[in-house]
Amino acid sequence: MSDVAAIEVRGLKVHFPNRSGVGAVRAVDGINLTVARGAFHGIVGESGCGKTTLARTIVGLQKESEGTVLIGGRDRAEWLKSDRKSFSREVQFVFQDPLGSMSRRQSVYQTLEEPLQIHRFGSSVERRRRIAELLDLVALPATVLDRLPRSLSGGQRQRVSIARALALKPSILVCDEPLSALDVSIRAQIVNLFTSLQKQLGLTIVIVAHDLAIVREVCSDVTVMYLGRISEAGLTRPLFREPAHPYSQALLSAVPSPDPRIEAGRRRIILAGDPPSPSAPPPGCRFNTRCPVAIDVCRVEEPMLRSVPHGGVAACHLADSGRRPVI
Amino acid sequence: MSDAQPIYSIEDLVIDLYATTVSVRAVDGVSFNVRPGETVAVVGESGSGKTVMTLGPLGLLPEGVTVDMKGSARADGSELLSIGSRQLSDLRGRYFGVIFQDPMSALNPMLKIGPQLARQARRFAGLSQEAARKEAVSLLARSGIPDPEDRYNRYPHEMSGGMLQRAMIALALAARPRVLIADEPTTALDATVQAQILELIRQIQREDGIAVVLITHDIGVVASVADRVIVLYAGQVAEEGTAMDVLTRPVHPYTRGLLASVPDFRADERAATREIPGLPPNQIRLEPGCRFAERCELVEAGCRQHRPPLQTISASTSPHRVACPVVLKREGIAVHV
Repeated sequence: MSDVAAIEVRGLKVHFPNRSGVGAVRAVDGINLTVARGAFHGIVGESGCGKTTLARTIVGLQKESEGTVLIGGRDRAEWLKSDRKSFSREVQFVFQDPLGSMSRRQSVYQTLEEPLQIHRFGSSVERRRRIAELLDLVALPATVLDRLPRSLSGGQRQRVSIARALALKPSILVCDEPLSALDVSIRAQIVNLFTSLQKQLGLTIVIVAHDLAIVREVCSDVTVMYLGRISEAGLTRPLFREPAHPYSQALLSAVPSPDPRIEAGRRRIILAGDPPSPSAPPPGCRFNTRCPVAIDVCRVEEPMLRSVPHGGVAACHLADSGRRPVI
Repeated sequence: MSDAQPIYSIEDLVIDLYATTVSVRAVDGVSFNVRPGETVAVVGESGSGKTVMTLGPLGLLPEGVTVDMKGSARADGSELLSIGSRQLSDLRGRYFGVIFQDPMSALNPMLKIGPQLARQARRFAGLSQEAARKEAVSLLARSGIPDPEDRYNRYPHEMSGGMLQRAMIALALAARPRVLIADEPTTALDATVQAQILELIRQIQREDGIAVVLITHDIGVVASVADRVIVLYAGQVAEEGTAMDVLTRPVHPYTRGLLASVPDFRADERAATREIPGLPPNQIRLEPGCRFAERCELVEAGCRQHRPPLQTISASTSPHRVACPVVLKREGIAVHV
């Protein structure tokens, strides 16, 4: 049982029909992804690459157009249909905007008690004890219990929403940009909270992120998406050290260092143009319109994921297990 | 460039904001200036006063907020805090170009992009109609917008986020300003587009020699474009100096904490990200001492009683100044008088 992946995504497509009725936004367009138990898995990519849609579809907040999602080997669609409650005891979602995901009229105590009530967790005394444990886990003082979400700071709110997600002791957390709305010094607090929770509780965490420095620091594995597809995936450190896909190289090069000595001498890869629209991806490799090393085959044939030197996979015609293009 | 006279300078600026029931001292005695060809980054977290300090004297704070400003803000021989609103509007148009985080706060959604630029060029750079049109097309091209002739006739909603950001930069440059004020210009953008926009700002600066005031919380952005840095904490300057001094030899405990909480993507060996405990202070209660005292590991009794003076530790045309006598004393750092 232990070698069953926490999350297994197979041939996943999520298409949103255009309002005109012609064509569709192909937000997620054919994705296979395996997240091992205990992994801290980062999903990165730019706006419109489908990373949030992928995360929402994993937990069933969004319905797939094609393909399947297995959670601990169990079909997620079936599971949700037959026993929604046991599914939510296994998998929880943390939203980017904690304020938008909480009731503004419920105190922190009520916010944390609600999932326990719905799942008929113990007596009110036991629930009170569990809520105290949860506050401890996310390092919030008991004084926040009577407060309303809007009177909390951004960091405190995100702690409350993490505590609520942990209330039912799930084994998998899927988080959509949980750090984006936070200030730098507070962001570091929440990053450290995630890492300690993962160690303490043995969680599997999937995190959608755009801050690559944080991904490098906390994620064991990373998946890079471009226009609805996976362009590259692997262990975070080897992949970031030696990215095989030209898009990953440009994306990593775009992150500035906080050290001006490094910035002064650094060669930057500046891509031309914007990503194409996800309703009309270009033929061939989806990145070919911005790729500085594209050759003829890239404009015709879509590259499949193949093994690359860092030990992971990339979808690039110019890469294989022995070589990678360098832009 | 550092010998040149400042073209925009703020002296001992205090800004109080009044809402219906509370007042906030958002900026509390801040001085700074910018010289031609120089990029000064104003760094701070939410509530540090970085935006209020920079946009307040230009009259660009949101409507509905009552503002009380004291001190001085001088540009082009005028005192911004005392000139009339028409003069201020004129100065803002021709002397300052402003770019915001959200391009739609500067662009009119009902008008095509090109004519908006041309109008600005006619009004403030005094160009004829035909010359203004040409100028607008060339501004679009310069801002890295492909096919500028076609984009001239597009509406804002027909363009992507990165393209709109470029169009707004083009708009800010249309009046040929001396000072470009950029308020979190890349925060809403993706990494590869951010890299394009920063490159554009560097290029404009090289070519036109204008001064850039960059408001940001992103230390990476500061390191990649700024000459000088001012670190604000709760409305006061904690530390200032060249980007090299402040980012590689930070002294103030807040600056050190802030930099330690930013993971360095390019460093090979690096200590784990540290965090600054606690939260920034609530500025509704004005306390006499150092604003950072509550979160500071070096705090001493005196810190809560007197406001720490900004002291110079390396004198040059861009001196390194630190508002923390405690750290200077502990580490034996000499103060220049």
